[in-house]
Amino acid sequence: MAAVLALGAVFAGVASIAAQDSKSVAPAESNERLNATVQEMWAHADPEWKKRLQQDETQLLCSRFRNEPPEDVAASIRARELATIVYPKDGNYLGDWKEGEKIAQSGRGGQFSDAPDAARGGNCYACHEMAKTEMSFGSLGPSLAEYGKNHNFTAEATKETFAKLYNSQASFACSNMPRFGVHGFLSEQQIKDVLAYLFDPKSPVNK
Amino acid sequence: MLVLSCLGAGLSSADSGDEIQRYREMINDPMANPAFLNVDRGEALWALARGTKNVSLETCDLGKGPGVLEGAYAELPRYFADADQVMDLEQRLLWCMKNVQGLDTADVLSRKFSAPAVTSDMEDLVAYIANKSSGKTFHIPLDHPQEKQAYALGEELFYRRGSLLDFSCATCHSADGAKIRTTQLPNLSKPGKDASDTMGSWPTYRVSQSQTRTMQNRLWDCYRQMRMPPPEYGSAGLTALMMYLTKQADGGPINVPSIKR
Repeated sequence: MAAVLALGAVFAGVASIAAQDSKSVAPAESNERLNATVQEMWAHADPEWKKRLQQDETQLLCSRFRNEPPEDVAASIRARELATIVYPKDGNYLGDWKEGEKIAQSGRGGQFSDAPDAARGGNCYACHEMAKTEMSFGSLGPSLAEYGKNHNFTAEATKETFAKLYNSQASFACSNMPRFGVHGFLSEQQIKDVLAYLFDPKSPVNK
Repeated sequence: MLVLSCLGAGLSSADSGDEIQRYREMINDPMANPAFLNVDRGEALWALARGTKNVSLETCDLGKGPGVLEGAYAELPRYFADADQVMDLEQRLLWCMKNVQGLDTADVLSRKFSAPAVTSDMEDLVAYIANKSSGKTFHIPLDHPQEKQAYALGEELFYRRGSLLDFSCATCHSADGAKIRTTQLPNLSKPGKDASDTMGSWPTYRVSQSQTRTMQNRLWDCYRQMRMPPPEYGSAGLTALMMYLTKQADGGPINVPSIKR
């Protein structure tokens, strides 16, 4: 509703107040209408698939705040998400960079057009530059070219990056990046393989 | 197809952007656009008597009076008093098939998206009717309370994150000049050229699919990539999203059916 007002607002001052207001929490009755609409939009979806209609608390808050939560909300999101990270029990973080490259290249898996057992990719190149030899990369995320080299291949940076791949929102509340580990979209081994693609000195990312 | 396969090879990212632009301009030739076959088929379908009432769609009111097609698409979605509902073109056509023609829409819905050797009445009718607004500009005044409500709901849906990858429409469509791989992403979170270029160019013939596609199909495909289940064709939610997106394109020119990669 606030955005409707913003469209109608003629004076710049009014518009900026209205624009700010549009980032506030939506009122409860509109949430009810939204949920009813969502249920109707997927009225005939398979029951197993319908589970995906349910938002978790973080998805709900990021939606309401248009991905720009106030600092107290952002802090609560980071704290909650940090608690979800499961680090490798064996203490090994680096898998096979060649497997990692395949995962970084693939945008498949989890779509209704995919076979249920289709291998899942991380689709990293959709948003990030990685190996400089790959020209087809997106710009929604920062460049990761020479990522390991730029982080001096340290163990601390490796662990921190594992955490970002597992749950980006533990670092940045309402990040656009999927929480690959939390959702189990990528397995621990796949995350290790992508990590190797970023941190192995032999990986094309560091060439 | 040949052109597409050349695009990937050995170009810097800036060059490939230019090449894609050049390719878009090259294929954008109405005389060579297969979607005009849909326009012709749509014209025949519009005048075809069928359903229990054995009448054509020619008395269907798309918002500008029964049978008025000129400029109708430019003002959709809109509120329809007879249905007491905001509808986009596809939802409205289904309503007219049921209520004007007494047509069982099961067959039409089973062919809502065309496939090799399967034509879609919906794609044909949309191409025909939307073409009658080509050269006009979108006019979405949001006068009716239900239209305002649909817009607000559409905005909520646009930002609604969910499913296995936490995506919403906004994930890809709220930044200026962003790209997925080498594909330029329109910023649809605000009014302007991105929104009007996008909304003013659907329906479109998609070279990559060899079919003419409507906005309902595009949103369905977006939800596929967002790892959501297939959304209900002609649902109020998709209409709300379309209201939000079309409002961002308000005043922008319509040039359809277009042809795209």
